Amino acid sequence: MLEIEDLHVSYGNIQAVRGISLRVEAGELVTIVGNNGAGKSTTLLTISGLLRPTAGCIFFEERNLAGASPDKIVSWGISHCPEGRMIFGRLTVAENLILGTYNRRDRVNIRQDLDRVHKLFPVLAERRNQAAGTLSGGEQQMLAIGRALMSRPRMLLLDEPSLGLSPLLVGRIFEIIRELHNQGVTILLVEQNAYQALRVADRAYVLETGKIRLTGPAVDLANNPQVRTAYLGG
Amino acid sequence: MYSPSYFMQQFINGLNLGSIYALVAIGLTMVYGILRLINFAHGDLMMWGAYLALALIANSFLPFGVAVLLPMLVIGLVGVLIERITYRPLRGAPEVAMLITSLGVSTLIQNSTIMTLTAQPQSFRLPPGFKQLYEVGGVNFSSLDILSFSLAILLMIGLTLFVRRTRLGIAMRASAENLRAAYLMGININQVIATAFAIGSGLAAVAGCLWAAQYNTVEPFMGFLPGLKAFVAAVIGGIGVIPGAVLGGFLLGFAEIFFVGFLPPAFSGYRDAFVFALLLMVLLIRPNGILGSSTEERA
Amino acid sequence: MLNRNALFYLFILVALLALAQLSLNNYYLRVLAVVGINIILTVSLNLTNGFTGDFSLGHAAFMAIGAYSAALLTLPMQYKLAITGLPFWLKELSLPFVVATVIGGLLAVLIAIIVGIPVLRLRGHYLAVATLGLMVIVRVVANNWQSITRGARGINGIPALTNIWWAYGWAFLTIYVVWRLVNSPYGRAMIAIREDELVAASRGVQVFRTRLLAFAISAFFAGAAGSLWAHQITAITPSSFSFLITFNVVVMLIVGGMGSISGSVIGAIVMTLVPEFLRRVETELTIGGNPLYGLSQIVVAIATILIMIFRRQGLLGGTELRFPQIFTPSSPLSSASGKRALK
Repeated sequence: MLEIEDLHVSYGNIQAVRGISLRVEAGELVTIVGNNGAGKSTTLLTISGLLRPTAGCIFFEERNLAGASPDKIVSWGISHCPEGRMIFGRLTVAENLILGTYNRRDRVNIRQDLDRVHKLFPVLAERRNQAAGTLSGGEQQMLAIGRALMSRPRMLLLDEPSLGLSPLLVGRIFEIIRELHNQGVTILLVEQNAYQALRVADRAYVLETGKIRLTGPAVDLANNPQVRTAYLGG
Repeated sequence: MYSPSYFMQQFINGLNLGSIYALVAIGLTMVYGILRLINFAHGDLMMWGAYLALALIANSFLPFGVAVLLPMLVIGLVGVLIERITYRPLRGAPEVAMLITSLGVSTLIQNSTIMTLTAQPQSFRLPPGFKQLYEVGGVNFSSLDILSFSLAILLMIGLTLFVRRTRLGIAMRASAENLRAAYLMGININQVIATAFAIGSGLAAVAGCLWAAQYNTVEPFMGFLPGLKAFVAAVIGGIGVIPGAVLGGFLLGFAEIFFVGFLPPAFSGYRDAFVFALLLMVLLIRPNGILGSSTEERA
Repeated sequence: MLNRNALFYLFILVALLALAQLSLNNYYLRVLAVVGINIILTVSLNLTNGFTGDFSLGHAAFMAIGAYSAALLTLPMQYKLAITGLPFWLKELSLPFVVATVIGGLLAVLIAIIVGIPVLRLRGHYLAVATLGLMVIVRVVANNWQSITRGARGINGIPALTNIWWAYGWAFLTIYVVWRLVNSPYGRAMIAIREDELVAASRGVQVFRTRLLAFAISAFFAGAAGSLWAHQITAITPSSFSFLITFNVVVMLIVGGMGSISGSVIGAIVMTLVPEFLRRVETELTIGGNPLYGLSQIVVAIATILIMIFRRQGLLGGTELRFPQIFTPSSPLSSASGKRALK
């Protein structure tokens, strides 16, 4: 589904991503783990069109994403759940969810999808008319994921969903991610919490200072001694 | 000292002035919220709206309602064009550049009017018999007052419905809160911005017509100061949020009228100084305004 | 205090002025004087807007303060009779031009400091609007303080003391002071504030004091320019110091390039002469018999927009013209002022 070849992305003079290649097949949950500043979020933002690559290509279902604007990319089926959630605090929960459907035309299915999201996250249905800024961190994360789902994405980009959440909530969020995976959603997950990420993922990439160090099935990487010492506290 | 009817009179005047400020402030705050641009040219669109209405009334016998509606649509379009031609190339530029550009656009609008129509003020006469005067308990008001206020309220209600019920309206509010996130969500920012300019400019045109009807003159510089004051109103009420503009508009309208109405006549010439002194106070004490959040970095 | 290079250029200036005085007619001498005044305005505005990054739109306010106060000080007695509110010691007073101008500048500084203390806490847009507000307030005061300013009628009969010598004398002083300031530790502080206020503060820069200094000095020269202007047009009203003047100075500033003194000089020259020429065209060119008033301003406005879109950094792009150093380098035009103000 997604094919990235030799991607380079820079912020001014700083090279954040230095020639990475990866792929995501339909139905997979692939995770990119790495430390802060490794270039993980940069990669996702480039896929979504907010950043421009300086070199390399990104192909999504045969389409070249390079240079396309975010609204096009969303309409092609990629939905980005950003780092830090970036929900609109002054809008209500319901309005935030509706924004996920901005590019969609099919009103009937929107109703269906809304119900689906409400089922997945009952708290969002409860707090439907509350200002999103009044939600707790975990609820906001659910809102962010729900909003991303509302665009009926072919592929979901999740950027650090566990950031700033308590361990209990982290577990809950990853349960949801696994649930989504089981429902067949293709997911590219970026996480600092390697332990949880490797538990839910099919395959993984380890990113360090802009380059891919390791790749393989998540189970193998979880058992890899290097990975254990560097990221799993083992 | 001051009779209740005098007070009521001032209240009505404040309502009128407040409606006008609110209408202009809405456009300013929408654009500032999304683009962080103070559109100095906004007030001048008020002026163009008034001139257009004048042309329509003078040359045909259109009912006042149409003479206001048409400028609203035309100037709304003009606003979109201005954004497309002058502001869009400057997206992402330092804010100073956008500021200077909007000053340039303002000068351009004023002087193109002077060049084609002369700087002489022209009288804006309403169709005869249009303005009925009423008197209730010592308070004088006219059908124009009622019309102005109703029109303003109607438009504001319409706008509120728009930004709460439609996807585009919600997208506009989202963009005003966090443009980058809105962009990432796949919202067509160009569409949102164009809409903000269209609506804002249209409302400013209506405000210009109301102003002209109220004061019976139009001249090329008539919009600049009200535009600035409307910005003050937007800041007072809370910059970037539409309810803030409405609240600020009415508050400023009342404040200005009461300043003139209840202080000795010697002070009345200082009304503009009063308005800007208010601005300075608000900027120093609570820069985000009444309805703005107190923690967000907005300056 | 003046180094040898500066003296040399002063000498050249004097020679050029003498040449102009002898060969040009009155009209051109007047235009030349206006160019000089505009140089003062632009260079002083550059100090706050260009070098410190504080975009002020209040220049006309300081001009007005300088103009009115200097006019009241040089006005001959018979005109002062019409101004009822003057204190008795002022009624008799008639000061020399330079003294009056200096006092005008100092009064502007006083107001700048009083206003600056609260207002300079603001940044960017808000500062711009606040300084605009200052301009409105000054104009309102001028309109209403009838006893001193004669309100909307203004003051007339101001002695026509401005000539190219005064104008360029002050211009030279302005350029010199700003140039020395910019190349001093204060100047480096200003540029640091412009580039990144937070970083500057963490490096020990006294941010607020530096901004206030820039604001005050800028106001002084604006006030002086106001006085020169008043003694050129001999009659001032509150509307002589409208927003249009501030706008035109801003245009001169950006044409030359913010953050460049030589740019300001060039910008002032270009944007005085071009509109002046266009203004003559206005009356000659007609459409259906009506002269095209406002054409010069329209051209200026369009030029402004185009510059902002296509060449934001102006003609010189924030760098300085390098004047040949005839004498051995004592304090060369340093590269500290060469950084771009508008990227």
